[in-house]
Amino acid sequence: MIDFLLLMKQELIITVIIFTLLLLKIGTEMSNTAILNLANGLLLFNLAAGFMGNQAGMLFDGMFFTNPLIVLQKNILSLGTLIVSLQSSSWLKKHEHVPEFYILLLSNLLGMFFMISTGNLLMFYVGLELSSIPLAAMANFDLGKRKSSEAAMKFIVSSAFASGLLLFGISLVYGATGTLTFSELASHITGGPLPVFAFVLLLAGFAFKISVVPFHLWTADVYEGAPVAVTSWLSVISKGSVLFVFVSVLYTVFKPMAGTWYNMLFVLSMLTILIGNLFAIRQNNIKRFLAFSSIAQIGFILVGITGSSQLATASVVYFVLIYVFSNLAAFGVVALVSSVTGREQVSDYKGFYKTNPVLSWVLTIALFSLAGVPPTAGFFGKFFLLMSGAGKGNYVLITVAALNMIISFYYYLRIVKAIFMDANEHPIEHLAIPAYPKLAMFICVAGIIITGLTGYIYDYIHSLSFGL
Amino acid sequence: MSIPLTHILFVSTALFFIGTYGLFTRRNLITMLMSIELILNSVNINFVAFNKYLYPDKLNGVFFSLFIITVAAAEAAVAIAIIINLYRNHRSIDVEDVKEMKN
Repeated sequence: MIDFLLLMKQELIITVIIFTLLLLKIGTEMSNTAILNLANGLLLFNLAAGFMGNQAGMLFDGMFFTNPLIVLQKNILSLGTLIVSLQSSSWLKKHEHVPEFYILLLSNLLGMFFMISTGNLLMFYVGLELSSIPLAAMANFDLGKRKSSEAAMKFIVSSAFASGLLLFGISLVYGATGTLTFSELASHITGGPLPVFAFVLLLAGFAFKISVVPFHLWTADVYEGAPVAVTSWLSVISKGSVLFVFVSVLYTVFKPMAGTWYNMLFVLSMLTILIGNLFAIRQNNIKRFLAFSSIAQIGFILVGITGSSQLATASVVYFVLIYVFSNLAAFGVVALVSSVTGREQVSDYKGFYKTNPVLSWVLTIALFSLAGVPPTAGFFGKFFLLMSGAGKGNYVLITVAALNMIISFYYYLRIVKAIFMDANEHPIEHLAIPAYPKLAMFICVAGIIITGLTGYIYDYIHSLSFGL
Repeated sequence: MSIPLTHILFVSTALFFIGTYGLFTRRNLITMLMSIELILNSVNINFVAFNKYLYPDKLNGVFFSLFIITVAAAEAAVAIAIIINLYRNHRSIDVEDVKEMKN
C-alpha cells in the first residue's frame, strides 16, 4: 500500500486535483479569477511534489514502473503544464468554462504520465488515448469560432486513424509473440517479415502523433485553428511525452530490430527537417509558422534518436526540456498579442520593438534558442542531438541536418528583422503584461539561459539515461 | 472441422483496408467515423482470433479487445460532440464545405 502511494504519487496528485476542480465546478459559484489562482497554485504544488520522495520500482506485475529518468520526464511535463496554464490566464479569464478546461488539460497530463511509466502495450494504448481524446475537445474550446471547430474535427479524425494504425500494429505484434509486456517482447521479437510489418504500422502511429513528415498534414491546420493555449500545449507537452515513450519503445521493445528502424528513421528525419524548413519559409500566419518550425525541430530530434546510445536518450530529454522553455516563450508572446489584438500575421510584428521592447526581447531570445544561436540553450541542445547522431558515423544525415540549420536561421531571423528593423504605419499598440504571463515569460527566459550555461543539468540527465 | 486462422486474418485485414479506403474517399463526417470503427473492429477480430488459436492459455488478447471497445465508445462520443458543434458553426458536416484555413 505504501509502495502504491509512493510510486504512483504524481498520478495520484493529478487525479485528486481533477476531482477537486470537478467538485468545485458542480458545487460552488467561484469567480474565474479565484479558480485560476487555485488551479495555478495546485499545479505549482504538483511540480514541487514531483521533486520529493521519489523511488524506483514497479507495480501491477510490471504494468507500471518508474525510475529517476521517468520522474524527471514527468517533472518536465508538469513544468510545461504550469507555464501553459500561467500563459493562458488572460484568455481563460474571459471564458465561461474555466474548470472544464483544467479538467481536460489535467486528464491529458494524467494520460501522458501513465503512458510514460508503462511497461505493457495495453497500458500504453489506454494512456495514449487518454492523452489525445481530451485534446480534441480542448482544440474546440473556442466554441463559437469556425476555425476552432474545424481544427478539432481534423484533429480527432487524424488522431483516431493514427491510433487505428497503431492498434493494428500492436495486434500483429501480439500475434507474433503472444505477449504484451515490454520486457518479454524484447526477447521474443525477431527480424522476420511479420514483426517488420507490425513495426511499420506502429511507427506510422507514432509519426502521426509527433507529426513526422509524411504524416504531418494535420499539424498546420490544427495549430492555426485551435486556441493559442492549446496550440502551445500540443506543440510542446503532447509531442514531448510521445517522444519519451517512442525512445523507450524503440530502445527496449524493438532492440533486436535496431538495424531496420535505423534506416527508416534515417529517411524520415531527413524528409522531416527538409520539408518542415521549406514550408516554414513561406508561412505568413505566425501560428502556422511555428507549426512548421516545430515539424523541423522534430526532425532534429529524430537525428538524435538514431544515435541509440546513452548520449541519444540524454540529448533527447535535454532538448525537450529546452524546447519547453523556448517554444513556450515564443507562444507566450504570440498568445498575449493574439488575445488582446487578435492579430496573428508575421507582417503585424513589423515595428514591434518600438512599442513593446520587453515582449520583443522575449520573442527574440526564444527564436534565437529555437534556431540554435550559441549563448542560448537551443545551441547546446542541437549540438548534443547532432553529436549523438554522428556517433553512428552516418555523415550524410549529419550534413543534411547541419545545412538545414542554416536554412532555419533564415526564417527565424526574418521575424527578428521584422521586429527590430522594419517600419510599420500601424504597429501593435503597447500591451500591458498581466502578472501570470509575466511570471511565465520570466521562467522561460531564465530557463533558456540557465539550462544552456550550467553544465550540471546536462550531466544530471546523462547520468540517468540508458542506451540501446 | 474448424476454420483455419488464415481465413479469419484475411477477413480482419480486408476490413482494415475497407475502413482505410472509406476514411480517405468518403466526405461525410459520420461515414468517416464509421470507417474508423471498421478499422478498430478489424483490430478486435485480430486480437480475439490470435488469442483463441495461438495462445489459448492466457486472456491477454480478449482483454485488449474489451479495452478497445470501451475507448472507441469514448472516442465516438467526443467525435460526435465535435461534429455537432461543427454543424452549428458551418451548417454542414461535409468536409468539402469546411475549408476555413487555406494557405
